[in-house]
Amino acid sequence: MTDLMTASGLGKRYGRRWALADCTLRVPQGRVAGLVGPNGAGKTTLLHMAVGLEKPTTGTLEVLGGRPRDDAGQIGRVGFLAQDTPVYSRLSVADHLRMGAWTNPNWDAGLAARRIGELGLPPGQRAGKMSGGQRAQLALTVAMAKRPEVLILDEPVASLDPLARREFLQLLMATIAEDKLSVMLSSHLVADLERVCDYIIVLASSRVQVAGEVDALLATHWRLTGPRRDPRTLPADFDVIEESHTDVQTTLVARCDGPVHDPAWTVGELSLEDLVLAYMRRARGGGLASGRGAGDGDTGNGDGGNGEGGNGDSGSRGLRVLR
Amino acid sequence: MIEFHLDARSGVSPYQQIVQQVRHALRLGLLHEGDQLPTVKDVVARLAINPNTVLKAYKELEHAGLVAARPGIGTFVTATLSDVSLTAHGPLRQELRRWLLKARRAGLDDESIEALFRDAFRSSGAEDVA
Amino acid sequence: MIQLTWRQFRAQAMASFGLLAVIAVVLAVTGPHLVQIYDTSVAPCAAHNDCAAADNALVNHDHFLQGLGIVLVVVPGLIGVFWGAPLLARELETGTYKLAWTQGVTRRRWLAVKLGLVGLASVAVAGLLSLMLTWWASPIDRVNADPFGLFDQRGIVPLGYAAFAFALGVTAGMLLRRTLPAMVVTIAVFAAARLGMIWLRWRLFAPLRLVAQLRFPNASGHAGSPVQQLGPPNPADFVISNVTINGAGKVIGPQGAIDLGNGMYGLGLRVNHGQPSVPGAGVCPNAFPPLTRNATPNPGLAKAGQVCFDKLGIRELLTYVPTTRYWPLQWCELAIFTGLALVLAGFTFVWLRRRFP
Repeated sequence: MTDLMTASGLGKRYGRRWALADCTLRVPQGRVAGLVGPNGAGKTTLLHMAVGLEKPTTGTLEVLGGRPRDDAGQIGRVGFLAQDTPVYSRLSVADHLRMGAWTNPNWDAGLAARRIGELGLPPGQRAGKMSGGQRAQLALTVAMAKRPEVLILDEPVASLDPLARREFLQLLMATIAEDKLSVMLSSHLVADLERVCDYIIVLASSRVQVAGEVDALLATHWRLTGPRRDPRTLPADFDVIEESHTDVQTTLVARCDGPVHDPAWTVGELSLEDLVLAYMRRARGGGLASGRGAGDGDTGNGDGGNGEGGNGDSGSRGLRVLR
Repeated sequence: MIEFHLDARSGVSPYQQIVQQVRHALRLGLLHEGDQLPTVKDVVARLAINPNTVLKAYKELEHAGLVAARPGIGTFVTATLSDVSLTAHGPLRQELRRWLLKARRAGLDDESIEALFRDAFRSSGAEDVA
Repeated sequence: MIQLTWRQFRAQAMASFGLLAVIAVVLAVTGPHLVQIYDTSVAPCAAHNDCAAADNALVNHDHFLQGLGIVLVVVPGLIGVFWGAPLLARELETGTYKLAWTQGVTRRRWLAVKLGLVGLASVAVAGLLSLMLTWWASPIDRVNADPFGLFDQRGIVPLGYAAFAFALGVTAGMLLRRTLPAMVVTIAVFAAARLGMIWLRWRLFAPLRLVAQLRFPNASGHAGSPVQQLGPPNPADFVISNVTINGAGKVIGPQGAIDLGNGMYGLGLRVNHGQPSVPGAGVCPNAFPPLTRNATPNPGLAKAGQVCFDKLGIRELLTYVPTTRYWPLQWCELAIFTGLALVLAGFTFVWLRRRFP
């Protein structure tokens, strides 16, 4: 089956600043993929390139096997919800649905009408007069009713109150349960993603820090606490993501494929949020400079240098792709 | 029809929580043979979790022989656990009470008792696997 | 896509065509009256010899509605500003392009339909206005016989103006990505283009020229007013300029007069230290009778002055555009503005293609 998204060396530059650099990904279909990272990390840039609203500066990108371009077929397979859910403020809810019907060959009017009814959105209401949550629900309905194969959502719940956020995710999950849809959504809140994502991509400092199935990542990342020691004494297959030392204690966040045998370490499981934060902190410490290829397991404090690539990946810098 | 809830802070993964809640319902007699479990769509529409999570939970229950999936219709209970009711384990419960008394008299507080129990529970489970 | 364009454009279209309908009704109601006045008073006026009075009666009628001609000057600019500039700018400014360009229609098709439909509507509005006004004002225009004076308020050029202004607005909106700046730039560039075209219009084909010898003001030697004797063959012809030139062709004054400095003696001659001269042309080569300080009538002076003019080659030059060129110029101007509109539209497509994947 074609991947949801394949990127190779993808980069985007605005003027002199690289919004996204050296991005290599392979996200399988049928997933709910979460794109998480601090603001300005390149999430929106990546998603815009995926739906053909931005042109890559370097590298290649494919969504569902097709290059995002101005082609009706490609556009029709991908549904998009932009950040801050832009809608036509002078058009009503019903007008937006009509717009969807007029511009989408696969438009499912019944689904759209049903959803609007379930959501309680008054059809005659002008979009500009609705709350943020209602606008998001409307935009999501329009994106879903065109029956895409993949839905791409850019921070869809960022400006929603907790109830609106929950209702949005409920609607989204119910739809993908029905339609076997693939989803990629970005957020800077990990808590939302933890519920719904089974694939995660951490984007920080304009680079992919880690990407992989959530289950696989959680099964191979541990928090190790123990008496103070130098992480360089760890076996070679340990990859230390983050370390912190007090005078008596060392705490590590490390990736390791096998079990931890050393009894001196207390091994704890990580939550997805902890894992993401560890990678984000590491990225912030080192910034964009990935010129320092580190030795085994030596990331040092505040050194953003990346170790050699993980399981048989393409070997590009700053990348850790797990299957 | 039972309803699931999710405790985001419990440290137990969502799919495990669903499995546990089904087993719990079976044990309490809330679910009987032939009852239908909530559809995946209904579960995710209420909990806003990934459908694959629910599918994974139902699959595990199917492996355990407790439920069976009928494609296009739903997932139905095929066995119950309520035969194994708690009352049948009176002697076990007594032993446990006696042990707890001993532990308290030895000076262990609640947390130490829990830690001791969890540690023994885990290592005994690992021994079984090994 | 056509339905979507209509739905988004609906309010503006209804307002404009509504206004158009109102104007149409007003003109339709008052038009026949003008025709009637023309037929009864002006047409037979030659027989009664009261043409001046009849003409005035007609021309002074409905002065206010004649001001509608100004509408035709203003409307294309308004179209550019209110229909053209927001077309792309508002989508880019509010971010709705992220919604519009991720449905099932390609950007190209989206733009083509929008440009086509709204552009067509723009041209239709201008065309209908021009048609109505030209029809309504035809009796008055016949009397005034000044087609070039109202060149941009009649005929087919308003269609070109509307197309150009619209395309200009769309392009400005696309490049500036903000509605308000795009509106300002649109009106500024449109005004500049129109003014530039007005200059160019009279020079598109080489203008015609008439030359005549300049006559010394008065045969009896009196200083008199300039004796402009040249006029265009047809009073409706457009006069570009009427100047006085010297033997070499250099302009030395306006309309049969000569630009004198101080020390003038009579008209056309200056006297400095003895021999009279014509400013800008040279010293008179012929002999002059003795000159007195005051401008007393002196027939010898008049004759000598005329000889001086003839010898120095001082002539009157009239440059004009004949009325026969009216329709060729209308078509040319329409073609130029329409061509510019098409170029701008093409540029919009190319730019969008380069800017987006």
